[in-house]
Amino acid sequence: MSARPDEPILMVHDLVKHYETGGLFKRNRPPVRAVDGVSFEVGRGETLALVGESGCGKSSVGRTILRLQPPTSGSVRFEGHDVFRLERESLRLLRRRMQIIFQDPYSSLNPRMTVGEAVAEGIRIHRLAPGAEVNRRVSALLEEVGLDPGYARRYPHEFSGGQRQRIGIARALAVEPSFIVCDEPVSALDVSVQAQVINLLRDLQERRGLSYLFIAHDLAVVRQIAHRIAVMYLGQIVEIGPSEALLSDPRHPYTQALLSAVPEPDPAAPQDRIVLGGDLPSPSRPPSGCRFHTRCFHPLRDQRCVDEVPLLRPITGTRAACHYAETVAVPGVTAPVE
Amino acid sequence: MTALLDVRDLRVSFPDGAGRIHPVDGVSFTIERGKTLALVGESGCGKSLTSLALLRLIPPPGRIDDGSSVTLDGTDLLSLKPDALRAVRGRRIAMIFQDPMTSLNPVFRIGDQITEVMHAHFKMSKQDAREQAVLLLQEVGIPDPDERLRAYPHQLSGGMRQRVMIAIALAGQPELLIADEPTTALDVTVQAQILELLDHLRRTRDMAMLLITHDLGIVAGRADHVAVMYAGQLIETAPTRELFDRPSHPYTQGLFASVPRLSGPVGRLMPIAGTVPPPNAWPAGCRFRPRCPIKHPKSETMPPMLRAGPEHEMRCWLAEDGK
Repeated sequence: MSARPDEPILMVHDLVKHYETGGLFKRNRPPVRAVDGVSFEVGRGETLALVGESGCGKSSVGRTILRLQPPTSGSVRFEGHDVFRLERESLRLLRRRMQIIFQDPYSSLNPRMTVGEAVAEGIRIHRLAPGAEVNRRVSALLEEVGLDPGYARRYPHEFSGGQRQRIGIARALAVEPSFIVCDEPVSALDVSVQAQVINLLRDLQERRGLSYLFIAHDLAVVRQIAHRIAVMYLGQIVEIGPSEALLSDPRHPYTQALLSAVPEPDPAAPQDRIVLGGDLPSPSRPPSGCRFHTRCFHPLRDQRCVDEVPLLRPITGTRAACHYAETVAVPGVTAPVE
Repeated sequence: MTALLDVRDLRVSFPDGAGRIHPVDGVSFTIERGKTLALVGESGCGKSLTSLALLRLIPPPGRIDDGSSVTLDGTDLLSLKPDALRAVRGRRIAMIFQDPMTSLNPVFRIGDQITEVMHAHFKMSKQDAREQAVLLLQEVGIPDPDERLRAYPHQLSGGMRQRVMIAIALAGQPELLIADEPTTALDVTVQAQILELLDHLRRTRDMAMLLITHDLGIVAGRADHVAVMYAGQLIETAPTRELFDRPSHPYTQGLFASVPRLSGPVGRLMPIAGTVPPPNAWPAGCRFRPRCPIKHPKSETMPPMLRAGPEHEMRCWLAEDGK
């Protein structure tokens, strides 16, 4: 059951993750439909960015793929294995090949464990090196992520946010993964440090041939690292395609609104943004038809958007789930890609 | 024309071992009526402490050092008696913070939290205050304001809560609004809504604004002047357009180079080497020296603010070299 070399490293098909919300006194509440039928692939050495605002389900996708939480339905194939059917021993192996780094590395590092112990933990658990060899590996990993190997004896609280994120990355790399879910890895960092970490992730990808699922809300950040971008809204992918096509010729109105909202550090840039009306609807009761129809500003939107669910379909450079994606909602809202 | 707010040589200190550290170390700026000054910097640079110091909200054992001065329209805020100070806080100067959930009281209805400000500062009947509150909620773009007065904070979304915070801030009809990272906790599309709203309010109410942010993108369309802060000091100040066209301090240039953008070529970002040192480890001389790509011969002496162009100053010896 091994994978063909040309097969994508990860194939996600119709993934659904609902959270039951009913407690003792709240029976019959509709579940939160965090992820509601998501399909995509990630190629070897590729970065797919999953972009959307809080509550769109992007982090739930990442966690469900890694089986950090059970799926409601759907399937995930990783390196030829059906992830949701793996039993204990093979799941352990899978956990070595798929890793995750989090937004806040501090809360994912044990404060009582030295940096060296934290990085060594995975190597020991998976018996990747004999005892004497472990320290040498830890030093090499710290060096690879741009940290002084002498830091191995220190504790997480002694480090800045950027350094902690590097520790988190070293810890993920320790078990030699081929695929890493990066869940908002730079969102909590200052810009100057953010750029350091993005560059590091790019270098590591090049050197180790890693594949990334890069979960983020900031399109300007995503543009620096993603080969392809998928935009999520209320548990579904509304547009997916190569970064350049999606940013320069977005076809879903929500993608346009997201792009338009990114504040660009240029006072000469046009400031007339698309400002979306209203709030995000509840993911427990998503709107009928196109889930974006309650906030849509497309000139052609009509009853069909209320009644009929739009499917992802190829438009020009991307695939978009909009009945009227052939017509650009607001001309001129794109990222000027050179 | 005299400035609405005049801050001179502001220093905030905290005890550290035997001595004291100065996370805000000699900050001076002015804000004109109805104008926006953006105070930009990374975490730990002292920008939030600066804004707290303006209203004397520095938590003990921190204190504002002697020799600092903060003047609002001629009134020296640092020497005001407690009740005179209370008449300024929330009334002439109002403040909104990053996380509205921690600044709203979870057990009071939002209507009561808005009218509380009015009763504190104005003689007003309950009925009038209520009507005012409805108008304020309308002004900040909250649908069904009558209904929402009875809501509790947890019943609102993050964007709506920030709107409520803004309504509370406006209730005192302030001349100056301090907005400390007002949109950092919000999603981009909501951020766009809130920034639009703040800008609209500033114009219609002729209210000055001190916008504190780490995000140069937010500054671009919204501020008249920008002051960049690093390691407790202002290191560059200029009108917004001038600063964006000619960022001159190596730190400011580094910030611009490390911001990911939607336009321009995709490639390696140019980060600033190293990290911001904490206040007890600031180097002598120019504080940016250890991270600076330019090794200036005079950098072991702390540069003063030097003229870098029209209305443009920076704390870097390069300004003397005419660069």
